Amino acid sequence: MAFIKVENLIFDYIKTDEGGAPVATRAIEGVSFVVEKGSFTAVIGQNGSGKSTLAKNLNGLLIPTTGKVWIDGLDTSVQENVWNVRQKVAMVFQNPDNQIVSAIVEDDVAFGPENLGIDPAEIRERVDRALDGVEMGDYKDKAPHLLSGGQKQRIAIAGAVAMEPECIVFDEPTAMLDPRGRREVLAIARDLNRKGMTVVFITHFMEEAACADHVIVMDGGRIRMEGTPHEIFRREDELKALNLDVPAPVKLASLLRKEGVALPEDILTEEELVCALLEVRAG
Amino acid sequence: MPSSLHSGDDDTTKKMIRDITLGQYYLGNSVIHKLDPRVKIMAALLYIVALFVVKEFTGFIAAVVFLEMVIIISKVPRRYIWRGLKPVLIIIAFTLAVNLFMIKGEVLWQFGILHITREGVRTAAFMGIRLVLLIIGSSMLTLTTRPIGLTDGIEALLSPFKKIGLPAHELAMMMTIALRFIPTLLEETDKIIKAQQARGADFESGNIFRRAKALVPILVPLFISAFRIAQELAMAMEARCYGGNVKRTRMNAMKFARRDLIAVVIFCVFLALIVLQRVLL
Ligand SMILES: Nc1ncnc2c1ncn2[C@@H]1O[C@H](COP(=O)(O)OP(=O)(O)OP(=O)(O)O)[C@@H](O)[C@H]1O
Ligand SMILES: [Mg+2]
Repeated sequence: MAFIKVENLIFDYIKTDEGGAPVATRAIEGVSFVVEKGSFTAVIGQNGSGKSTLAKNLNGLLIPTTGKVWIDGLDTSVQENVWNVRQKVAMVFQNPDNQIVSAIVEDDVAFGPENLGIDPAEIRERVDRALDGVEMGDYKDKAPHLLSGGQKQRIAIAGAVAMEPECIVFDEPTAMLDPRGRREVLAIARDLNRKGMTVVFITHFMEEAACADHVIVMDGGRIRMEGTPHEIFRREDELKALNLDVPAPVKLASLLRKEGVALPEDILTEEELVCALLEVRAG
Repeated sequence: MPSSLHSGDDDTTKKMIRDITLGQYYLGNSVIHKLDPRVKIMAALLYIVALFVVKEFTGFIAAVVFLEMVIIISKVPRRYIWRGLKPVLIIIAFTLAVNLFMIKGEVLWQFGILHITREGVRTAAFMGIRLVLLIIGSSMLTLTTRPIGLTDGIEALLSPFKKIGLPAHELAMMMTIALRFIPTLLEETDKIIKAQQARGADFESGNIFRRAKALVPILVPLFISAFRIAQELAMAMEARCYGGNVKRTRMNAMKFARRDLIAVVIFCVFLALIVLQRVLL
């Protein structure tokens, strides 16, 4: 079942120039797709391709200029739906610093549920569960600014999880982290997905996108490619034309193929590459 | 200039940033920590008022005993209290000096135009005790109350004034965010200073005007990043369903419990003692 349905979405940022006349910058130029319930969808695309704008359209932070976004059947452009939509689709942003509201970790995780008007005892339970879920239970009384980037991002994820959404949209959550923080955040996102959470994961790292069940490639405000990671990453040349890379194992496999090693076309992960190489040697 | 690049003050800034927030709240589980923030805020305010009611040294006995009691019960280590006092020592010293040398009366000691009088010594000692108690008293409030409790308490105490248009919730939310972002902005400032120094900016020499002018390239980027942070934070708060105080609940809802009643009674005894000594002595 489709959890998110986007139909002919166009989005213009409106600014006023010096004369006071409104100027529109088109950030999204007619995009349609669906996100299945329980799926892990990755969105990739170069800077300025409209990924963040798209993300903000998925929970009513931005409302389509034209076209429609439905979340679990709710139209985001209907004012009455906005709280429901934001409760169903939580967001984790790129900069871990600028999305933490409170000076103490557990108070921050409680912020979302508090806004939803949930009973104090229930908030307490949710906060503890969410913090344990990201393995930050020991830090609940700490000040966020004393934590590492990866830890802060885990707090932000706990804050989203505590709202008990059905979907979390991650907007480049790993862009400002070191490799270790990146691995942790990706592992948590995949873990949440295994437990039934619908995940939309925007990223610059192709290795992260390779973990998804579905990949959307954006450029210039449009969707240029869409499919499974296997389908997308075998189209190396097309991705190059959009200034995008392929995951390292894919690149290595294609170099080996050029050197005459008989490798199958659909290698995506390190594991698949190793298996294929072993087969070549054996056979 | 290269020397200022490698001045090794990285750690000092980090430590300062750490101190600023850690100095505010000492995680604990004492009765004092558990008291209703509204009670603690009112008590701290009235304690300060009481310090100004005292007119004789004997009056401070009650104030010192009461504060000592609070410190012992709260189990806050002395070095945290000392840390709160340290930054204001200069102000205290200055006040003392002014009082010591400026007040006229029976001269005890003279050197040129400088003189110390009996009245001066008395006033200086009086002011010193008052200031120290005032600072320790108010830092006991922040040391034993979580930032959220503090702002929720202030919001609750200000809410009667909502009728005359005071935006109590908004003010409290601003305080919450300020407490959270002071360290972030300090780090940001530090980053900007380092970036400017790496480009050869000099903040350490020249007269006061030159130095003030050197601050402009720090302040401009700082403002820009403050606005960027504010914008991103507002977005993140909206994404987490923040919409003012419409139906907000609290994880740690404030509750006036039995222990609060006991605390109020004890505090009233203290206030009565202060008033009595003022009236009787
Ligand atoms: N607040 C804004 N006002 C005006 N134009 C904007 C605003 N935010 C983004 N844009 C423009 O919209 C387009 C898409 O931006 P968007 O932030 O969605 O891209 P992105 O794919 O998220 O990029 P990045 O990888 O850098 O995060 C860009 O051309 C950008 O300049
Ligand atoms: Mg973006």
